[in-house]
Amino acid sequence: MEKLLNVENLKMHYFTSKGAVRAIDDISFDLLVGETLGLVGESGCGKTSLATSILRMPSPPGRYVSGRIMVEGRDIIPLPEKEIRKNIRWEKISMVFQGAMNCLTPVYTIGKQMLETLNVHKEMPKPEAEALVKEYLGYVGLPPEIMGRYPHELSGGMKQRAVIATALFLKPSIVILDEPTTALDVIVQAQIISLLKKLKAQFNLSFIFITHDLALEAEVADRICVMYAGKIVELGLNGQIFGAQGPAHPYTERLLAATPRLFQKVEKLHFIPGTPPDLIEPPLGCRFNPRCNKAIPRCREEEPPLAEIEPGHMAACWLCNR
Amino acid sequence: MADVIVHIEGLKKYFEPHQSLIQSIGKSGPKKVIKAVDSISFDIVRGEIFGLIGESGSGKTTTGKLVMKLLDPTEGVIEFNNEDVTKLDKAGVIEYRRKVQMIFQDPYASMNPRFKIRDVLEEPLIIHKIGSSFDERQKLIIKALEEVKMMPAEEFMGRYPHMLSGGQRQRVATARTLILNPSLLVADEPVSMIDLSTRAEILAMMKDVQEDLGLSYLYITHDLSTARYFTDRIAVMYLGRIVEMGLADDIIDNPLHPYTQALIQAVPEPNAGNVGVVKELPIFGEIPSPANIPSGCRFHTRCPYAKPECENEAEPELMPAGNGHFHACRRWDQIKRAL
Repeated sequence: MEKLLNVENLKMHYFTSKGAVRAIDDISFDLLVGETLGLVGESGCGKTSLATSILRMPSPPGRYVSGRIMVEGRDIIPLPEKEIRKNIRWEKISMVFQGAMNCLTPVYTIGKQMLETLNVHKEMPKPEAEALVKEYLGYVGLPPEIMGRYPHELSGGMKQRAVIATALFLKPSIVILDEPTTALDVIVQAQIISLLKKLKAQFNLSFIFITHDLALEAEVADRICVMYAGKIVELGLNGQIFGAQGPAHPYTERLLAATPRLFQKVEKLHFIPGTPPDLIEPPLGCRFNPRCNKAIPRCREEEPPLAEIEPGHMAACWLCNR
Repeated sequence: MADVIVHIEGLKKYFEPHQSLIQSIGKSGPKKVIKAVDSISFDIVRGEIFGLIGESGSGKTTTGKLVMKLLDPTEGVIEFNNEDVTKLDKAGVIEYRRKVQMIFQDPYASMNPRFKIRDVLEEPLIIHKIGSSFDERQKLIIKALEEVKMMPAEEFMGRYPHMLSGGQRQRVATARTLILNPSLLVADEPVSMIDLSTRAEILAMMKDVQEDLGLSYLYITHDLSTARYFTDRIAVMYLGRIVEMGLADDIIDNPLHPYTQALIQAVPEPNAGNVGVVKELPIFGEIPSPANIPSGCRFHTRCPYAKPECENEAEPELMPAGNGHFHACRRWDQIKRAL
C-alpha cells in the first residue's frame, strides 16, 4: 500500500539545563493511505512530542537531533518555516490538540476563529469563506448558527466538533488526533468516535490517533503503535494486539491487563508497579526492564531492536526475538 | 434491616442564578432555577462501596458535596448514623467532617505545594486537635502512610508533593483522610487523572484499606468499567435524578433503563474487530441544561423508545424490579422485548 508519511530514525530531544531529555529516541514507522495508526502509552512516553514533531513544531527547548520525516517523498525537517506553513501544516497534516476544547479563545466567536484559520492559508472572499465554514460545520453535525456563538455557550462535545471541522477544511490527507475524547463523557466520546469514522471515509483521511486508553485504540486503530519512554516497543495490527494470541511485548501485555473490562468481573485488576524512567538518563538495556516481570540478564545490558516477529507485527523485546 | 450508615431521602439542591439589580427591577421573566439535584433517595450500607455514575451535569458531584456538607441542601434529609446532619451546629459539623472525609479528583491541586508530606498529614490532626504531642502525631502520620503502602514512611514524610507521582499523591490524599479515622470516604473521580497503568493500583489500594478498616465509600465517577470492579452497588444519575440503582453486576449485565443501556454500550472494550464498525448508540444528542429540565420523564428527549406518555405523564419514580434493583422507566418491559 502507498505510504503517506514515513518517519525514519527520528530523534527529538528537549535540551534542558539538566541535560537532554530523550523524548523521541530513534523512532521509525510509516502511515499508509486510509489507515488509522493508534499511538498509545503512558503519560510522558513521548506521544504528544512525536505528534508535534511530525507537524514540524516541536515545543521549545525541543530540537531535532537526527532522522527524517518524509511527506510525499520529501523530508520536511530541513524545509523553511514559510514552506511548511504554505504547503505542509494544515494543508497536508493537521492536528486536533489535546484538550482541544480549551484551545478555542473565549473572547472570539467560533466563526471568527474558524475564518481566521482559513484566511491564514487561503485568500478567499468573505461570503465564500463563510459558506465553506458552514459547510464543514454541517459535516461535523453542527448547525450554521454556531458561527455566531462563543465557546462558553457550547458543550464540550460541540466545541470538540468545531475543532475537528477546523482541522479538516483545508483538506489535509493526514489528521493527528491527540487525545480527542479524553475530557469528554463516555456517551459524547462514543458519538465523536463515530463521527470521526464517518469523516475518515467521507474525506479519505488517514489518522494518527493518540490516546492512553488501549480500549479506545481497539475501537479505532487499524494498527497499534505502543510507545514506552521515547521508543516504540510494539507495532502490530489490531487483530495481532487485541486478538486471541494477545500482544507480544510484556509492556503491552501488562498495559492491556490494567485496562478494565466492563463485561468481565475480575477479582483483582493488574497494574504495572513503578513509574516510567527518567529520560535524561534512561536505564541501560531495555528501557522497560526495571518494571518488567519477565526481564532476563540480557535485558539489563543490551537494548533490544524493534524486530519483526510475524508479518506486520514488530516488537522490541529479547524474549520475542528468538 | 441492613446497617445503614448514610440515609438520603428526597434530597434537592437548586441553585439560583445571580441577578443584577437592574434585572430584578426590570420585568425579566421567571428566574431560571438550576436543579442540580432533584429529589434523590438512597442508602449506603456500612462497609459497602456505593457508586454514583453519570455524565457531567448529572449532579453526581453536587450530591457528593451535599453529603460532605460543603453545600446545604434546598430540601431533603441526610442522615448519618441515624442523625440528621442538615441540622448540625458548628461543633457538630466539625465532628461530622472528621467522620466523613473526601478524596478529591486532582491530586496535583489538592495539596499545598509548600507543605512537606508530613505537614500535609499533620494539618488535619491539628485542626481536629488529635495527638497532644509531636511524637504522638508522628506515630499517627507513620501509621497512616503505612496503611496506604507508602514505605518507608519516614522518607516520604520529608518530601514535597511535586516530588511524588500522581499515584503516590493520591495515596497521600488517602492517608490524609485515614489519619482522622473516618467511617465514610467520599471519593470524587479519584483516579480519572491518574495514568491507566497505575489506576488499578490506586483502586486496589483503596479497596484494601476499605476492607482492612471496614470503611464505607461513596465513589463518584463517570467510568462504568472501574465502577464494576470497585463498587458493590451503583446508582445511575441523569439530570439530577437517580434513574437506576442496584447491585453493580445487575446494573451492568442487565440494565433496565434505556439511559443505562446507552451508557454501557458507549464504553469501549479492548477487543479486536470493532474498527470497521460505526457504533450507533440508542441515545440522541447531548444532556439538556439542568435549568430547563424536560417535562415528564426527563430522559424522553434523548430516548429512542420514548412515546407521548413519557412526555405528558408524571415523572416515573424508582420502581423495584427484584433483588434490590430499581429503575425509573415506565416502558422498561416493552423495551426489553424490543431488544
